[in-house]
Amino acid sequence: MSKEINIEELKSIIEPYVQNKENWDNLTDETDFINDLEINSANLVDIVLDIEDAFEIEIDNESMEQMLTIKSSITVIKDKINNK
Amino acid sequence: MTKEEIISHLPYTKPFHFVDKITKVSLETIEGEYLFKEDEFFYKGHFKNKPITPGVILTECMAQIGLVSFGIFLLGNIVKNEEISLAMSSTDIQFYKAVLPLEKVIVKAEKIYFRFNKLKCEVSMLNENKKIVAKGIIAGMIIKNENKN
Repeated sequence: MSKEINIEELKSIIEPYVQNKENWDNLTDETDFINDLEINSANLVDIVLDIEDAFEIEIDNESMEQMLTIKSSITVIKDKINNK
Repeated sequence: MTKEEIISHLPYTKPFHFVDKITKVSLETIEGEYLFKEDEFFYKGHFKNKPITPGVILTECMAQIGLVSFGIFLLGNIVKNEEISLAMSSTDIQFYKAVLPLEKVIVKAEKIYFRFNKLKCEVSMLNENKKIVAKGIIAGMIIKNENKN
């Protein structure tokens, strides 16, 4: 059984780093963190480290590179939780 | 990588090179120093007839030692084989004392984390009397450029 991921928790991690508030208000699964939300690469690292702490998982370089949307982040988080 | 090699890989030159030497380095911490020369370019304008090292230059010196020199050491052989650059991504520095021409400063940095090509450090700058000049957090990203050849 996989633990359900709390989307609100994920969103609360991302929100402080968002630059484009308009796209944030119209967030979809496909919203791109860099192109749409205008989060810089350094803050993307902070998001991933915050996700690690919040969900008690470890994310490797390859998975990190995939985490560019809500949808792909959830995929990675679920995968890491299930393979813990 | 030796302390001298770190210096030789620094991407700076006069008048924007603010590292004289690295005195200590390990996987967790780095220490280096710089003597502010009497004829640094910024003393002419900062301030009129009263030269004081600008805070941005102190920050730059802290970043060149605590972030870039440290990053070069931590990357080790990667720096020798690949074209890389380090871009400062954030700073949060408090200033406590002025630094005048011909003052030597010691910069110490401790790694907070180095992950996903981001190096984040707690950095402090001391003067020769071991008094804190500035202190804070600096972070930067390593950017790998394709094909050195």
